[in-house]
Amino acid sequence: MTNMAEDLKALETRNAAHSAGDGQASGAEDRRRTERRRSPREQKKRTTDLVIYAALAVLVVALMVPFIWMVSSSLKENNQVLTVPIQWIPTEFVWSNYTDIWTRIPMMGYLQNSLYLAVIITCLQVLTGSLAAYGFSKVRFPGRDVLFLAYIGTIAVPWQAYMVPQYIMMQNLGLTNSFNALILLQAFGAFGVFLMRQYYMTIPDELCEAARIDGLSEYGIWARVILPLSKPALASLALLTFVNTWNDYMGPFIYLTSNRLWTVQLGLRSFVGQFDAEYAMIMTGSVISVIPILAIFLIGQRYFIQGIATSGMKG
Amino acid sequence: MSTETIPSTVAPAVHSRGNRKQARRNTLIGWTFILPNFLGFLAFTLIPVLAAFALSFMEWTSFTAPKWVGLANFQRMFASDSFWIALRNTVVYAIGHVPLTMALALLLAMLLNRKLKGIGFFRVAIFFPYITSLVAVAVVWNMLFSPDNGPINQFLQAVGIANPPGWTSSSDWALPAVIITSVWRDMGYYMVLYLAGLQAIPAELYEAAEVDGASAWQRFWNVTIPSLRPTTFFVVVMLTVSSFKVFDLIVVMTNGGPGRSTTVLSQLIYQEGIGEGKFGYSSAISLVLFLIVLTVTVLQFKIQQRRER
Repeated sequence: MTNMAEDLKALETRNAAHSAGDGQASGAEDRRRTERRRSPREQKKRTTDLVIYAALAVLVVALMVPFIWMVSSSLKENNQVLTVPIQWIPTEFVWSNYTDIWTRIPMMGYLQNSLYLAVIITCLQVLTGSLAAYGFSKVRFPGRDVLFLAYIGTIAVPWQAYMVPQYIMMQNLGLTNSFNALILLQAFGAFGVFLMRQYYMTIPDELCEAARIDGLSEYGIWARVILPLSKPALASLALLTFVNTWNDYMGPFIYLTSNRLWTVQLGLRSFVGQFDAEYAMIMTGSVISVIPILAIFLIGQRYFIQGIATSGMKG
Repeated sequence: MSTETIPSTVAPAVHSRGNRKQARRNTLIGWTFILPNFLGFLAFTLIPVLAAFALSFMEWTSFTAPKWVGLANFQRMFASDSFWIALRNTVVYAIGHVPLTMALALLLAMLLNRKLKGIGFFRVAIFFPYITSLVAVAVVWNMLFSPDNGPINQFLQAVGIANPPGWTSSSDWALPAVIITSVWRDMGYYMVLYLAGLQAIPAELYEAAEVDGASAWQRFWNVTIPSLRPTTFFVVVMLTVSSFKVFDLIVVMTNGGPGRSTTVLSQLIYQEGIGEGKFGYSSAISLVLFLIVLTVTVLQFKIQQRRER
């Protein structure tokens, strides 16, 4: 909960300068606290607040119905899932769904594959993306801006439009049905370079200039001046890349054919296709596939929302 | 971009040679930074993009060698039923998805744009569907839409609709079902963009309108909507482009069916290109998809520019 309150502040003050933002938010908090002592007007405000809270709570619950239904169904017997009338709370909690699923499908293997892909791709994307972004924003050389335009230009081309040439290429390299195909295709995205460059442009050149005069090499400036300053952007990029890779369906769908290479998404989809009447177990699998994302999201939500709002794009 | 500052005390001849040396050094350094990413980008993004353009004018299947055929792929495409069906479905999807998502995102942003303790929780909850895995979303909604005894149809029957639609099992209602799911999934993301837009509107504008006696509705139309124009522009472009690119949701939720009632352009590219190995023909469809996306972006950019003038 405290995390979320902080996130709210971060969002509210995003337009203000970073350091000023924190001060302002806590200032608002103080003001609210002093207001609490004035009682008659405060009383009225409190009632309207309560009405708004109630309205928002109803709205959010309505929008969260799919999640509520997913969790509730994951704890039922199959024949209890689609009943008339709907049972929102299972009559009997079938916790065994959560122990049985590991033997019904190779869920652990799927999770490991997803994790492996997501970690490798995220590390490569963050490393190469931040290096390239430094080249594009802090080093001046002929041809740089034309090159950057090529990067931007490909962001505008829908990925679906060039998936066939990519596939032909991977086929010729003999990389289909391997993790390497996905790593090569996803780790060097233009998106990461773009996001990091946008952030680096906000870091004043004078800082690099000063470090240059102090005798730091360009690599030293990148590692010791720019990287420490760009932690929020690095966090945004890492989290977005991780989640996008974890959730990716089309990439693994096109490239991974053998079951032992499947990711959680592919495994879940194939389970649905094979046992479409196992409603409860399907929901159990869905819950398990979402939990890692929920955990990461709750820890790093501020970086998600900032990263998405500043770049206005998903990977 | 300003050029490197040169110490003014250095003599011209020396400084131009030093400058050239400096420039060469910078080029080398710049490239070492860019290279690790650029190699991957060049091989797996840039070259495939260019190849897609070239391929659309070639006949090439997994069994034959590539051959230049000019516009033959396009002629075949325009004469084909499946292309027009996919194009129609994609356009219908966009027409449903764009305005609904936009309206709901704005509504949610306005509700959530207040300073209340714990409001962050509500925002985060509404944003969460956007980063939930698509497979889980599709699987859950497919069950919610289940024609017999599904929660949605039970609800519809409860409010007096005797014959609720068959949703994903009906060729008329499958596309609306996909649209509802995608609106639910995407609105949290656009809500975040609208929230940022709303927070940038100066409070004085509302105060001035209130002093002039404007009602809440008038303030909405005359202050909020015009001030949000740049955000709305951005949202419309993003939404339209993403609608034309719709792919994975369709593949997982309906796989184009029943029949061809939800087949979209991206899926057709996949089926023709990777499924059947018609590399050239599928690239022609790719080019059409790209041109649509490009036209939408340019057109909306032009409209925005004219409005600002």
